[in-house]
Amino acid sequence: MTLGVLEIAKPGLLTSVQDLGRHGHQPVGVPVAGPMDSFSHRLANQLVGNEAEAATLEVTLIGPELVIEAETTLAIAGAVFEVTCDGRPVPMGGSFAVQPGQRLKFGRLVQGARAYVAVAGGILTIPVLGSRATHLVSRMGGHEGRALLAGDRLPVLARPAPRPPRKAAGLNLPTGGRARLRVVPGPQDDWFRADAIRTMAGASFRISPRSNRMGYRLEGPPLARAREGELISEPVGMGAIQVPGAGEPILLMADRQTAGGYPKIGHVISADLPLAGQLAPGDFIEFSVCSRQDAVTALIARERQLLRFAVWKDAL
Amino acid sequence: MIIRECGDAMLLVELAAVIDPVVNERAIALAAGLRGRQLRGVRDVVPGYCAVGVHFDPLHTDLPALEHAIADEAAAVAVIETPPARSPIEIDVQYGGDAGPDLEAVAVHAGCTPAEVIARHAARVYRVYMLGFVPGFAYMGRVDASIAAPRHRVPRERVPAGSVGIAGEQTGVYPVTSPGGWQLIGRTAKLMFDPSRTPPSLLAPGDLVRFVPTTGLRP
Repeated sequence: MTLGVLEIAKPGLLTSVQDLGRHGHQPVGVPVAGPMDSFSHRLANQLVGNEAEAATLEVTLIGPELVIEAETTLAIAGAVFEVTCDGRPVPMGGSFAVQPGQRLKFGRLVQGARAYVAVAGGILTIPVLGSRATHLVSRMGGHEGRALLAGDRLPVLARPAPRPPRKAAGLNLPTGGRARLRVVPGPQDDWFRADAIRTMAGASFRISPRSNRMGYRLEGPPLARAREGELISEPVGMGAIQVPGAGEPILLMADRQTAGGYPKIGHVISADLPLAGQLAPGDFIEFSVCSRQDAVTALIARERQLLRFAVWKDAL
Repeated sequence: MIIRECGDAMLLVELAAVIDPVVNERAIALAAGLRGRQLRGVRDVVPGYCAVGVHFDPLHTDLPALEHAIADEAAAVAVIETPPARSPIEIDVQYGGDAGPDLEAVAVHAGCTPAEVIARHAARVYRVYMLGFVPGFAYMGRVDASIAAPRHRVPRERVPAGSVGIAGEQTGVYPVTSPGGWQLIGRTAKLMFDPSRTPPSLLAPGDLVRFVPTTGLRP
C-alpha cells in the first residue's frame, strides 16, 4: 500500500477533515461533529468507491488550494464551486483522476455553502475515539483537532479508484440563499404560546453572522414562551431548534454540545438537514411543519438517491 | 416515565423533572441497560440528570421494538431506591490566588472567610450527575447552599484547563482551556480527559468526587 499526500497550499475560509462523526462517547460529553451536509459527504465518497465512513474534506464558502502528491481519484459534491485542476475545469458531482504534483484550485462559489472533497481510500489522519471528524471547540480529531492551515500535509492512499470516473445528481441545492426546512414539533412545544408554531412556520428566519458549525442563530419574529424558566439540562441532537429566553431560536448543527437546557420547539427532519448544511450566515430559512411519518418517508426518498449508486457500484 | 419524540432520529426518555441522586442513578442504569442490548440502528444512549437521550438511525431501527426495550429497562430500574456506595475519586485542588481568582468574591457572597469557603467546598462528597459542555466536563452537586454563588453574567473568554468552579449548587472542573462563566475557586493538575486513555474521561455519570485542598499542583 503506497501512501501519498494531500498538501494544503491555501486553506480557504474553513476547511476541516470530517467523517460520519464520533458516536458512542456522548455520555462523557464528547460531541459527535461530522459533516454539516452528510448527504453530500456520502455522495462524494460513493463517487470514488469509498465507504460512507471514509473521511473527506469539508470546504466552507471560500475553498482551498490543494497540491496532490499521489496518483488517485477525487470527487467533489455538495456546494458548486468553480474548481480547476492545473487550470482545467473539473466536474462537480463527479469523480476525476489526478496525477502527482497537480494543483486543485477552488474558485468562485456558485451555489450552496459547503463542498466535500473525497479521495479514493479516504483521508487517513489518525482516528480519535474511533473517528476522524474534527471538533473545533474541543480540538479533537481531524488534523491536530483544528481547521486546516497552509502547509498541512494529509496522508492519503496513492491508489486510483478501481473504476472509471462517474457522475451523479447531487442535492437540489438551496437557491437564492433560501431553503424550506421541514420540522417535527416537540418535545417542548408546550413551553411555547399556542401560536408559536404558526409564527415559526409563517416567517423567514435569517441566519445570524454569529453562527457556526455548532449552530445557527436565527433572526426573526420571537417565539413567545408560555412559561418561563429553564429546563433541567438534557441530551440534544442535531436539528433541534432550541429557544433561549430572549426568543432567538438556535438550530443545532454538527458540532453541537451533547446536552442543553433550553426548551426545543421542534426538530428539523433528517432528510432536510443536508439542505441546512448548505446555508450560510445571511441566508434565510422558512420552516414548515410535518409529522414524524412524513419525515421518515422523506428520508427514504433521500436515501434512494444514494442507493441507486450502491447498486451500480456492485454491478461493476 | 414519558418517551418524547425529538424529530425522527432521537427519543428522550424522561423519568422525572428533578435533580435527585436516585432518579439520576435510574437514568444511568437505564442507559447502560439499553446500550447493553446493542439494538440495531441505535447510535448512542446518553444519560442526563433525569432523562436519557436515545440517538438512532431512523432507517435501520425497529422503533416499536426500541420503545418496548425502553419500557422494559424503565421497569427494571424503577426498583433502584438508593444509589450504590462507591469510593470517591479524589481531586487535589490548589484553592485561591491565581488558581482561584473568584475565591474572595465567593467568600463575600457567602459572608465568610476564603478559608471557610475552601473548607465547605472540600467537606462534601459530590455526585457526577452528567457530563457535557466539552469532553470530560462533569456537572457535580450539590454544593453547600451558603457558597452557591451564581455564575458570572459575562463569561470569561478564557478559563484555564483544570479550573475548579462553582455555579449555583453545581461544581465542576474545566477539562480544557475554554470560555466559561463559573466562579473559579481553585485549580487541579489532574488530567480530566485524555482521548488516548481508556476510559478517556476521569469521571463518568454516577461517580462520586471529593476535592482535597493542596498547596502545590501535582497530577
